[in-house]
Order: sequence, then structure tokens, then C-alpha cells
Amino acid sequence: MAAGTLFGMTRIDKKPSDGPAAVTVRGLVKHYGETKALDGVDLDVREGTVMGVLGPNGAGKTTLVRCLSTLITPDSGSAFVAGYDVVKQPRQLRRVIGLTGQYAAVDEKLSGRENLYMIGRLLDLSRKDARARADALLERFSLTEAATRPAKTYSGGMRRRLDLAASMIGSPSVLYLDEPTTGLDPRTRNEVWTEVQRMVGDGVTVLLTTQYMEEAEQLASELTVIDRGKVIASGAIDDLKARVGGRTLRIRPADPLELRPLATALDDMGLTGLATSTVDTEAGAVLVPILSDEQLTAVVGAVTARGITIGSISTELPSLDEVFLSITGQKASAPQDDTRSADLEGASV
Amino acid sequence: MSAATLAPPLKGDADARISLRSHIRHTGALVRRNLLWIRQDPESMFDAVMMPIVFTLLFVYVFGGSIGQALGGGQDQYVQYVVPGMMAMMSMNIAMAVGTGFNQDFQNGIMDRFRTLPIGQGSVLFAKIVVELMRLLIATTIMMIVGVLVGFDITNWGGLLAAVGLSALFGTSIMWIFLVLGVTMKSAQSVQAMGFLVLFPLQFGSSIFAPTQSMPGWLQAFTDYNPLSTLADSARGLMVGGPAAHDVWVTVIWAAALTLVMAPIAIHKFRTKS
Repeated sequence: MAAGTLFGMTRIDKKPSDGPAAVTVRGLVKHYGETKALDGVDLDVREGTVMGVLGPNGAGKTTLVRCLSTLITPDSGSAFVAGYDVVKQPRQLRRVIGLTGQYAAVDEKLSGRENLYMIGRLLDLSRKDARARADALLERFSLTEAATRPAKTYSGGMRRRLDLAASMIGSPSVLYLDEPTTGLDPRTRNEVWTEVQRMVGDGVTVLLTTQYMEEAEQLASELTVIDRGKVIASGAIDDLKARVGGRTLRIRPADPLELRPLATALDDMGLTGLATSTVDTEAGAVLVPILSDEQLTAVVGAVTARGITIGSISTELPSLDEVFLSITGQKASAPQDDTRSADLEGASV
Repeated sequence: MSAATLAPPLKGDADARISLRSHIRHTGALVRRNLLWIRQDPESMFDAVMMPIVFTLLFVYVFGGSIGQALGGGQDQYVQYVVPGMMAMMSMNIAMAVGTGFNQDFQNGIMDRFRTLPIGQGSVLFAKIVVELMRLLIATTIMMIVGVLVGFDITNWGGLLAAVGLSALFGTSIMWIFLVLGVTMKSAQSVQAMGFLVLFPLQFGSSIFAPTQSMPGWLQAFTDYNPLSTLADSARGLMVGGPAAHDVWVTVIWAAALTLVMAPIAIHKFRTKS
């Protein structure tokens, strides 16, 4: 296995350039026994932007967030958040960050209001201010009606909203969202997205980890793709999408026998900057990555010109697997526990 | 760009310190949280309320007659003997609960939230201890009331306060041990199992329930320096009279030593738990 070709050559060299950095990470390493959870991660997040950290389970996303929020100490490398050193100035750093993890960090036995009041007091607000801040955030996150009920009676979405509200009490300048919608239904996921977008509107810098390409697209302006503790690609979302092929067009010819001619026709078009089409014989369809609506129209035009009748056509956002496939030529590492070896052979396509 | 040029100069450390007032405020907010738990779930007070009643009655009426006789009296004599011992027993039994409660806290994400807040991390532990001390005082009060009802005669009221203070001090040192267990062990059940493993030999191998004179020499060597013996004997001396100074000193030294060793370990383990 050549790590050089895997991680080196596919790297997008475009760096986020303008604006001061809210988060600067260089060469961050964290081992758990033999496993390298983080293996030299570099990351820059500009102030007021959303950085999406995309990767499969066990890629090191949560370890990264835990390092940046002072919950664990990295073995080597450096990380600065809002100018504070993660290792040397944990206390100052804690004043400017908020964290919403995969598991809602609220006290289930306390009511929503009591949860927020407690956090306010722990952040040195006066009793009066803590109460006012709690009520304002309950209102903002649509929890006023449930304010006096114990959090354990809340639905998954309400709990997550309460968690976000708790993270906002101290008006953090940098907010970490560690897979904020994992395990939520689509409607609730949309609610959380709306809240996050509002926070970004307020000027908060967000570091968002996610397994979902769609979530990254919705919320982030820049993306860092990590796998097995390493950054394998980073850059503006549009650039990455161009690499991955943006959407995927799935065309099924009305006559299954025309599958091969269809694929040939598409390859002959020679769409610029794109990976070639692939044939899914099982589904009887051809998959073509496209970048724009113009290309979509061109593809349909070319197919029609060859006299091939289209049975069905649909576009799909690239899945996380496709992102990985495109960037690394390898399938994303399957969800596994932390004890897996660093052997990539078994994961080849 | 190299890492060196990227690293901004360290900002001032002025806002890194946490004032005593902030410490008290933080601990207060966390104490309030634990008290709200009790309001939410009054059954969690069951042990602190029922244990002193059940154990006091059990020991007085089951063993009172026979051990009292051995003491050269009757049940009345045993009441005078065992009630101060019960105080020592409460101190340890209640203190144990802090470990299981603390361990349960880690089962949800709230601890991560606390540990990413700019608070002295000791506050989380101090709050647990304050609440547990309140429970200890409630249990001790109930135990004393039951004791007086079954005939315990307090000859020295000042001594009673001193005995309660001493048992709270010793209870606190035990709480630090269980906070260490609570933060290091995997489940609340194992903390409890571990607790009983330590609890039974210490309690029965002591002068809490019966005088140690009739025990074999090797066991006496253990019981004489068992802090539960010295705490029970201190409480006896202070409340009913008799020599107490030596036992009080040994108990204070035990409590101080345990606290000085276990408190920093507990706070460190809590701070670095990943």
C-alpha cells in the first residue's frame, strides 16, 4: 500500500486564504495504544465560517473535537483556538468555546430551564442574568413550553436543541458540533440545521463533524475530509465537489441492451474535468458525474442525438462513499471499532 | 507556512485564575443541581432515612440483650455502647453512595459539558461532597433520635456536636476514596461491589458493634488502628464520657491523611479522564 499516492497526490492544495484564523491546528497526533486516532492533522478555520470535518466512523473526528475542547491532551502537534493554546491555556480556551456532542450533554433529571440556569451560573453570570439568559435561549430554541419539564421527557430533537442552547449560554466565539444530527429523523435534522445556520448568522465560527455529505453541503463553506486520523483532502466545498463530480446523473435506457452504447456515447462526449461514467449493470443504469445544469442538459442532448430512449433519469448528491472513492480511490473504511489495524488492503475496491 | 510563524503569541493569563467567590458560586450551582435531583427523585433519600432507623433498632433489639450482658449490664448498657458506634457506621455507609452517584454522572454527556466549562474542576467534586455531607447529617440526626427513643442517654451535648463533626470529617475522607473509585471504575455496580468489599471487614472488624477485648490478638491489632474503631470510641468518649483524646487524634490523622492523598488523586483523575 503506498500511502504517498493515497494521501499525498490527491490532496487539494487550495488553502483558505482570507480572514483571521479562529482555529489553527498543526500536526496534531493522538494515540490510543497502537491506534493512531489522529495522525498529524492540519486544519485552519477562518473566523465566522463553518468548517465541515467529514469522515466515516472511527476516522478521528471526535478525537479531534475532544482535543480542541480540552477534554483530552494531544500527544504532539499544536492547536490554537481564538488565540489560546489548547494544551497550555485550557481555562481561557473554555471561556470562548461551546460544544455539542453526539450525546446530548444535559442533565436529564433537571428541567430545561434549570439546565440552562446551572450553566449560566457556572459561567459566572449573576442569578438574575443567568435566569434571563436561560429564558431568552429557551424562547429562541422553541423550548419555552417545555421549560419546566425534566429533560428526560424531551424528544430527541428537543434534547439536541437544549444542548445547543446550553452551548450558547456563554456566547462562544467558536462552536464545535460533533455529529449534531446523528440519530435524528430528517425533520428534526432540518430543525437543527436551521438553528446552526442562525448561529452562524450571529458570527459564530463553527467546526462541524459529520458523516453526511448532505449535512456538510447544507452548513459548511469549507471541508476537510479525514480518514484514519489523516487529512486526505481539504478545501472549499465547490472545489471538492468538482473533484468528486458534484451530483451524479443516473440514466437508465428504456432498452437494457442499449446500456453499453449509452456508456460509450457518454464517454465520447468527453465532459471536461470529470471522472468517466460507470456502468451499473445490476441496476441497468449508467452513472455520470456532472458539475452543472448545463452539463446535465448536454448529456441528455447527446444521448437523445444517438437515438437512445431514456427510461428513467435522476440526479444524486455524492455519498460519503463516493467522495472517498473519488478522492482516494479507496472505499471509505467501514464503521469499525477503534481497535482496527491500520491495514488498508482489506478495504480496497 | 511553518508551525512557528502560525502560532500566535500567548494571550495573558489574567483571566485564567478562578477567584474564591467564583469557586463558591460554581460549587453552589452544582450543589443546587444535586439537590434538585433529590426533589426529582425523593427515593434517593431512602437509604439516608431508613438505614439509621433499621440498623439501630436491629442491633439494639437483636444483640442488645446478650452483648449487654457481656458488658456487665443489659440492653440499656448496650444502647449506650452501640449508638455512638452507629454514628461511625453511618459515616462510612453514606459516604460510599457518593461513588455510585458520581459514576452514574459519567454515563451521560453532562460531565463533558462540565469539563469544557471554565470552572475549577474540583467544584464538581466539592459539590458532590457537600450534598453527601447533608445526607450524612440527616442520617445521623435520625439515628440519634431513634437512639434517644430506645434509651440512649447523652451526657455531654457539646461532645455530641464534636462527635458529629468528627464523623463528618472522617466521612469526607472516605468520600474522596469513593470519588476516586467512581471516576476510575467502569460501572456504578462495580463501585458498589468494591465498596461493600471494603466496608464489611472494616465495619465488623471494629469496635462499632462489640468490644474488641474478646477478639484474637491478631484481629485486635487490626481493630485497634481501624479508623472506624477509633471513630466509634471517640464518639463514645465524647458523648457518654470516658477517655477520648487519643482516639480523636488517631481519627483526625486518618481523615487528614486519607483526604490529603485521595483528594488530589480524585481531582487529577477527574480532570484527565478521557
